[in-house]
Amino acid sequence: MSSPLITARGLTKKFDEFVAVDEIDFDVARGESFGLLGPNGAGKSTTMRIIGATSQRTSGDLTILGMDPEKFGPQIRAHLGVVPQQDNLDMQLSVSENLYIYGRYFGLSRKFLKTKIEELLEFAQLEEKRNAKVESLSGGMKRRLTIARGLVSEPEILMLDEPTTGLDPQARHILWDRLFRLKEQGVTLVITTHFMDEAEQLCDRLVVMDKGKIMAEGSPAQLIKDYSTKEVLEIRFGSERNSAMAEQLRGMCDRIEELPDRILLYSEDGEALLEKIYSAGMHPKTSLVRRSSLEDVFLRLTGRTLVD
Amino acid sequence: MIISAAVAIAEARRGRLGERVYSGRSRAIFERGYIAFKSSTWMVILSGFVEPVLYLFAFGYGLGELIGNIESNGLSIPYAAYIAPALLATSAMNGAIYDSTMNIFFKLNHDRIYHGMLATSLGPLDVALGEIGLALLRGFLYGVGFMAVVAPLGLIPSLWGILAIPAAVLIAFGFAAVGMALTTYMKSFQQLEIINIFLLPMFLFSGSFYPLSVFPEWLQFIIKALPLSQAIHLVRGLTLGQINIGLLGHISYFIVMIVVGLFFTTKRLNALFMK
Repeated sequence: MSSPLITARGLTKKFDEFVAVDEIDFDVARGESFGLLGPNGAGKSTTMRIIGATSQRTSGDLTILGMDPEKFGPQIRAHLGVVPQQDNLDMQLSVSENLYIYGRYFGLSRKFLKTKIEELLEFAQLEEKRNAKVESLSGGMKRRLTIARGLVSEPEILMLDEPTTGLDPQARHILWDRLFRLKEQGVTLVITTHFMDEAEQLCDRLVVMDKGKIMAEGSPAQLIKDYSTKEVLEIRFGSERNSAMAEQLRGMCDRIEELPDRILLYSEDGEALLEKIYSAGMHPKTSLVRRSSLEDVFLRLTGRTLVD
Repeated sequence: MIISAAVAIAEARRGRLGERVYSGRSRAIFERGYIAFKSSTWMVILSGFVEPVLYLFAFGYGLGELIGNIESNGLSIPYAAYIAPALLATSAMNGAIYDSTMNIFFKLNHDRIYHGMLATSLGPLDVALGEIGLALLRGFLYGVGFMAVVAPLGLIPSLWGILAIPAAVLIAFGFAAVGMALTTYMKSFQQLEIINIFLLPMFLFSGSFYPLSVFPEWLQFIIKALPLSQAIHLVRGLTLGQINIGLLGHISYFIVMIVVGLFFTTKRLNALFMK
């Protein structure tokens, strides 16, 4: 295996006294899709900006393509495509002008950009909108344009900060599809998200972050295997009775999590557990058996849910 | 491994002086401004051109009828020829300040355009120079436009007057560099008004409409130290053909403004975006 594209050791970022990123270690290999999963404020975006060579770390070591971003910011940024959390498209320009001028920022020639823009418009499904002002685009279109813009320099690494936040389900799926295609072409993806389904869909490997620290690392399947059971039974008794019932349920399964609106019971066989609960004379108002997800991993690691 | 063009371009700069803040591509920012300008700010340009012309007719010819000729360094000239260079210098200042304060403030704080630019292989000095380049283009257009109106009216007695156009560009450069540096420290649109509060009195009292000799000596001294007064005396010296060593002093004044302005702008953009 070739050496990692990105290596971080003891990476730390402080804003005055506040520690946003707290001595984290990770590697990103060429061609993989690497995720940073965690709630808002976990330090994901700060980590992304440090990797993107637009923020300086406080301490620790960081190497991107063998270079230190502190010394070779412009050279590193030339390898990266950045899709920030907040769209920062150029509102005064049209769709194709946005792609064109971004390429010019990298110093790319007009001739190269002429064909590149066509390719990107097709990729982002924005061919019909090429002359439209950015303001008139929908949220999903803006997001696709921002991604297309990030690809104009043919980057080896595409950095996506919360790529689908604020998009409707259909727009999300279109976007995921585009990102899969990039991955197939060998682009390395670094993604932050607080959506577990997104992390499961897109990431080969991820780290779970909370309060600036890495809580766990692995593939989605491995993390679920390590930190959760195969299945989860979700039951509701009504908000007043949940906590009283939770006491009675303890001991019936491997692990139990009590949330304000429901109780989660972790078990290898959810249906069998539900049978057991009924036979014990308890009658939940609703019940649902599902497979464990990264949400459960996060809950196990931090005692909190990802999306409040 | 395939090396993309963007990487090859950035690698070519390795080891150059200031490579971390400057990629030598401020023209890309300039180009962006040109594309945006094509579709939007025509009215601002037009009003910036019309304003000095209106002043010239209202005061130069209206008031000038009553005043007649005026003495400037021993030369007797029509009043309109006296104020024309001051109006040119002032419009170069106003255009540069508008570009480097309001426009830049909006891009810094609302559009987040610079965030996008600085995520590429550009550096903050590219952004500063590119944006200021636009202010220079504006200064140049004002200069040419105004000269095209006043020269046929016989208000530029000396051939040296042609140099008033590059002088307007220099003046715009100085004001834009300092204006942009100040803007990077501003937190709200209200704070920007401070700059405007300063500009109008400077326009009225910097020797635009009458010689500074009407003021007591101590006040003359202060006014002469102000940038617009420097600008007016530079342009007037050229249009009236009063060439002396003092003009070099005015030029140096603007070179210092440019260097100081660019230094602080680059430093602040680095601090704002490389946090």
